[in-house]
Amino acid sequence: MNAAEERAYDNSEMDVSGRENEQTDQYLTFIMASEEYGVDILSVQEIRGWESVTPIPNAPPHVKGVINLRGTIVPIIDLRQRFGLEKVEYGPLTVVIVLKVATRKGARVMGIVVDAVSDVYSLAGDDMKSAPDLGDHVNTQYIKGLVNVNNKMVILLDINELLGADTIPDVSINAIKELKESQH
Amino acid sequence: MSIDLSQFHQVFFEESFEGLQVMESSLLELDCENVDSETINSIFRAAHSIKGSSSTFGFAEVAEFTHVLETLLDQVREGARRLLPEHVDLLLQSVDCLRGMLTALQAHETVDTAQSCVLTQAFNDILEGRQPTTPSVPRSDDIDAEQSVADATHRTDVSAGEQDAAADAELITWHIRFVPDINLLRTGNEPLRMFRELAEMGELEVQVDAGKVPDLTGLHPEECHLSWDLYLTTTRSQAEIEEIFEWVVDDSDINITATAGVFSGGVAATAGTTQETAIAEAVVPSAVASVSEAPATPSPATAVAGTGDSAAKPQASKPAPAAGAAKSSESTSIRVAIEKIDNLVNLVGELVITQSMLGQLGSEFDVSKLQKLQEGLAQLEHNTRELQESVMRIRMLPISFTFSRFPRMVRDLSKQLGKKIELKLLGEQTELDKTVMEKIGDPLVHLVRNALDHGLETPTDRRAAGKPETGTITLNAFHQGGNIIIEIMDDGKGLNRDKILAKARNNGVIGAEEVLSDEQIQELIFQPGFSTAEQVTDVSGRGVGMDVVRRNIQELNGSIEVKSIEGEGSTFTIRLPLTLAILDGQLIDVGRQTFIIPLVSIVESLQPDMSLINHVAGGCDVFRLRDEYIPIIKLWEIFGVEPRTTNLAESLLVVVEVGNAKVALVVDDLLGQQQVVIKSMETNYKKVDGISGATILGDGTVSLILDITDLIHMAGVHQQSKNGLKLVASKTRAA
Repeated sequence: MNAAEERAYDNSEMDVSGRENEQTDQYLTFIMASEEYGVDILSVQEIRGWESVTPIPNAPPHVKGVINLRGTIVPIIDLRQRFGLEKVEYGPLTVVIVLKVATRKGARVMGIVVDAVSDVYSLAGDDMKSAPDLGDHVNTQYIKGLVNVNNKMVILLDINELLGADTIPDVSINAIKELKESQH
Repeated sequence: MSIDLSQFHQVFFEESFEGLQVMESSLLELDCENVDSETINSIFRAAHSIKGSSSTFGFAEVAEFTHVLETLLDQVREGARRLLPEHVDLLLQSVDCLRGMLTALQAHETVDTAQSCVLTQAFNDILEGRQPTTPSVPRSDDIDAEQSVADATHRTDVSAGEQDAAADAELITWHIRFVPDINLLRTGNEPLRMFRELAEMGELEVQVDAGKVPDLTGLHPEECHLSWDLYLTTTRSQAEIEEIFEWVVDDSDINITATAGVFSGGVAATAGTTQETAIAEAVVPSAVASVSEAPATPSPATAVAGTGDSAAKPQASKPAPAAGAAKSSESTSIRVAIEKIDNLVNLVGELVITQSMLGQLGSEFDVSKLQKLQEGLAQLEHNTRELQESVMRIRMLPISFTFSRFPRMVRDLSKQLGKKIELKLLGEQTELDKTVMEKIGDPLVHLVRNALDHGLETPTDRRAAGKPETGTITLNAFHQGGNIIIEIMDDGKGLNRDKILAKARNNGVIGAEEVLSDEQIQELIFQPGFSTAEQVTDVSGRGVGMDVVRRNIQELNGSIEVKSIEGEGSTFTIRLPLTLAILDGQLIDVGRQTFIIPLVSIVESLQPDMSLINHVAGGCDVFRLRDEYIPIIKLWEIFGVEPRTTNLAESLLVVVEVGNAKVALVVDDLLGQQQVVIKSMETNYKKVDGISGATILGDGTVSLILDITDLIHMAGVHQQSKNGLKLVASKTRAA
């Protein structure tokens, strides 16, 4: 995605949310390892229950496989594994959030496996604090910002950064911990 | 036969622009120190294709120019010439130049050959081992003025009047190529001072090459990105000239050569270009004086130059925007016969009726109506299949779209080669998928050109061989099963067995002792870089082609074979699937996963007899199938799937063939065969090794389609090793 497109993309976001509630964006949040994460609701295509996937040979462990989404082949990514969190058995609450990710090669549809879906928040841009610089060993590129909702920290993810690139950013549980500590 | 070729021009332009794109990106990727053969090959192929198709359409200017360019690339490819950064620059300029030419042709304008002449001259200089004059040809499609100014050729004519007296001594024109180090200015050297000194020695002409100057944002004012070509006509010796460069010689690239004539050639040609493209140009008669006076114009170029370049004060004049700016961005379209549409509408009508019948049945269903339901479902299936076929037929076009470009090509080439050739086209109404058709065009052009150039003999030779003077090339297309077969036949001299063998031994493709069957020898022509033509002609013989032809065809899930009888002619047979969207597949199980093997590549499936399986040292198992030893690929191993059993005796072997290389895949179970719709994995994910795509099975789950060529590659079993493997295998058995 080039810069111009990026701007257009951002603008479209603002237009839609602006009509309903001025100056705010809506975020869908989900739970993973008792932390709450949020993604821009406009990139969410649908939420599905976990269903079995067709594994892809020699794929990295966080790529669980592909599913048939009404005739389209959609890869499913385990966000826990992607973040280096402990792997859990998929249960009845395990959900797949299908996202539209903007990449350099155009829009892609991908699914992420998370523990559970939580809530939808309307957040003003002012509420958002940028992620603190945690030094070289922690990659915070994929974090759009941090928000306090009812005294709880919500980590807003930039899914285009997180899933758009083919490479896996250095994401680890330590990054999240450090983030939390730096907030307190 | 008269065919209006202009209807195919759009396709040609699209292809050529694509080719240029490939060239450009590959050139930019190239690392001169460490030339990647695949990259250089892809540049070469793109150039070759552009050359080929442009001569087909009678765009001689483009074809001629590309030929020169290609000759240089060929030498680089063969390793006969080291690729220098200057060559890359020149090649990039040529890409721009070609693009300009093609854009002009597309807009039905006359082609401006001034640029290409200069570049051709430069290429010839390189090829003949002369120092290139490195013309900095301005890019005609530059839109922003800043860039064009920076790119422009600033020329400074320096004539030092005081030196006229020396004119009667022996005058030599020296060409000095001066490429300074980037830190030239930081080290306190002033090129302007050096030029001034040179100007005192005789008549000096300076050309600056500002091609390497980066964007204004990326520019550091203290860096020197300029290089110069100086033409000095003087009586002084080379040593005296070298003295002037004494301080910079260590870290700069200085090349002083004596040129025979007075600098007329290159300079005159550049002058033409410069004027025509209205580029900033400054001719300063008495440089010494005006140089110092040159005002610091606040134009970016001067800021850039700020050094010695300010000698030429650029008169920033925007080049006329190329016609290409208004280039039509036509989307690809397809023409469909009205009867096909009518048929489709009828089918949809039937489908609606069936649907309403089933709907009614469902709303008040009881067991007594089971019979009716089954009938309804059968009808629905029937309707759906017909509808599917009908929709597929919309994408089908008669092959005459591809064939019709050949008559002109054959006519032109036969004239050029002095041969008498008759072209026969058969089965022109045979239909095939549009995508397949687009991709088969180039390989067919290669094959027909080869047949013309290598296959058919000259009239004299033909008479001597007791054949009619006029040779015949036949293109034939027909359907066979689910495939389309295209044959290219010629009644020429056929493949020369001995020549191919000799060349193969020479190239080290086969060992000196190896004895090959006729088929294996004919197979050799599909090896990369293989050509037996003694002389490289404009038409063919560079050994590009056959390997690319085969690869292109294999990418379409097709195959190509050659049958040739010496003295009687050759026949190339191309077999292609009718469409790329649907594939006949064999479902197989590996562990708990289901994969699909394209049915076309399956030779046979069998239960292995353990006594026929041997383990070759190095980790490869081979299986003896009648007379052949076939390497075994364990799918579970390659794909990292947990197998049901690792015991070969309990598994099944599926023997598959791609391009005459056979391998046996170990699978756990064979399921049914069915037509599958191919879905791309790359849309939402990326290319997966060994997998060509995915499909959705009847139960809604996704199944992956195997890419046999890729699999063989992954397993490290190459086609070339087939013969070697045979030897190894038989030795193992003997032991």
